[in-house]
Amino acid sequence: MSDVYVIGIDMIKFGRFPDITVPKLGATAANMALDDAGLTIQDMQALYSGNLGQAAAMVGQRILAEIGQTGVPVVNCANACATGATAFREGWMAIKAGVYDMVLCVGTEQMGKGLLGGGGASKGIPTEGLLGSGTMPAVFAEAGMEHARNYGTSFEQFAKVSVKNHHHSTLNPKAMYQIETPLETVMGAEMIAYPNTKLMCSVNVDGAAAAVICSEEKARELGKMDRAVKVRASVMTSDPFQARNMSMPDVNTCTQLAAKQAYEMAGVGPEEIDLVELHDCFATAEILHYGNLGLGKPEEAGRMIDEGETALGGRVPVNVSGGLLSKGHPLGATGIANIYEVSTHLRGEAGQRQVEGARLGLTHVIGLGSACAIHILEKAQ
Amino acid sequence: MPPSDKNPSTSALLPVVDFLKIPEGGDPYLEGSRCSQCGATFLGERSACSSCGAREQLESIRLADQGELYVYSIVHRSFPGIEVPYVSAIVDLEGGGTVKGNLINIDPEPEQIKMGMPVELVFQKAPRKDAEGNEYLTYYFQPKS
Ligand SMILES: [Zn+2]
Repeated sequence: MSDVYVIGIDMIKFGRFPDITVPKLGATAANMALDDAGLTIQDMQALYSGNLGQAAAMVGQRILAEIGQTGVPVVNCANACATGATAFREGWMAIKAGVYDMVLCVGTEQMGKGLLGGGGASKGIPTEGLLGSGTMPAVFAEAGMEHARNYGTSFEQFAKVSVKNHHHSTLNPKAMYQIETPLETVMGAEMIAYPNTKLMCSVNVDGAAAAVICSEEKARELGKMDRAVKVRASVMTSDPFQARNMSMPDVNTCTQLAAKQAYEMAGVGPEEIDLVELHDCFATAEILHYGNLGLGKPEEAGRMIDEGETALGGRVPVNVSGGLLSKGHPLGATGIANIYEVSTHLRGEAGQRQVEGARLGLTHVIGLGSACAIHILEKAQ
Repeated sequence: MPPSDKNPSTSALLPVVDFLKIPEGGDPYLEGSRCSQCGATFLGERSACSSCGAREQLESIRLADQGELYVYSIVHRSFPGIEVPYVSAIVDLEGGGTVKGNLINIDPEPEQIKMGMPVELVFQKAPRKDAEGNEYLTYYFQPKS
């Protein structure tokens, strides 16, 4: 089976674009990725499109209507917050299988403002605020409190994640926000669901990201290896059974399982990873994933954030893009946007936020429910 | 506020969720099911076990009315019309089963809420009606007396 390479990748600056249609957002990113590769839509043999909000509305085909209806197969993917990564992985698999040499993967999302989760009851009375909370900030607060219970992690340590990621985003012109948020500001922001304040919740934004991926033979034939990024591992998992599943979503077990498989597939260990873009949908979540991804022992996560090990310049920089907390979280685009971030560092093109000498990077997303996707990427040799 | 006695008259009240059972002339309780193959416990009825995959091996059980607070969040912002703050609690029941519910009769402050603290179930009339005006029986957790 051929290795798979990213030869063109880009994302639009995340923001709020209520007047632009979902297919136009996707088309913009798709054209940027094609331009980055120096190729055209006529060169693509299939399109893998990820979008959640319009999952039943043929977003991939509508993107082609904006950039060129070449008649190629289109697969539309929806997999909660792992939607973009799923679309990328479907493309990866088709090339691995030898069905195609080169395909386009696009992730797109247009979000409203406001709380996610905890929707109304289909019958009877709404149970939100009666039988606890199904809102995402509360669900991830409870997941963080499990870490606090097991390892003594503090509100302040969770808040430091947000300070770090907001700082990183000041170096990323494509992030939604470029604003420093000192610790007092984060901890003093409106409490949404303890211990997550408003500044510890990801930003709902509109966004799109796209990637052109191809076989090794194709990348060499086209002379694209100098900026190419090799996909060393692509892994997806769902939740193995856990006794508390019916009352408490579990983002840990599926991540641990995916990480183990990804490191095995890549033949590398977590200590070799130079940077990580992980699913910081809430500040509490980032702390959990340090241990889940093997970046340190679970009980060390609080110390890692205290000592700046995961900040730019630290031992293993995490979310130097600003993460979902500050770059923003357009659900269907996130999984390809974080592959863009890592690829940009591996290409040495990340400007002010460049992780020096980056050779191997890891991306991670979780769609609650759950779908966990991990990719390990390497600078092409 | 609903009546403060532990088990108010429950006649004519509908259960807030399917796994809350209101027996004729008896005390309400939460129902679970247990897999006779692997011992996994679930809320409500089930025909197959998501732990081991066994089919038709689940028996209905009455879940305990006490347990311990596993984790919680104090919710300060919710959807319009939902009174805040409230404590969303994940409780491990004695003998198996994990249930989410509001933790009441405690100050919604981190200093007051101890993970691992013993809690008990209470059943009360819900402070909401459905569109047809039907009233419901719900459950809450409170610190064990
Ligand atoms: Zn079983």
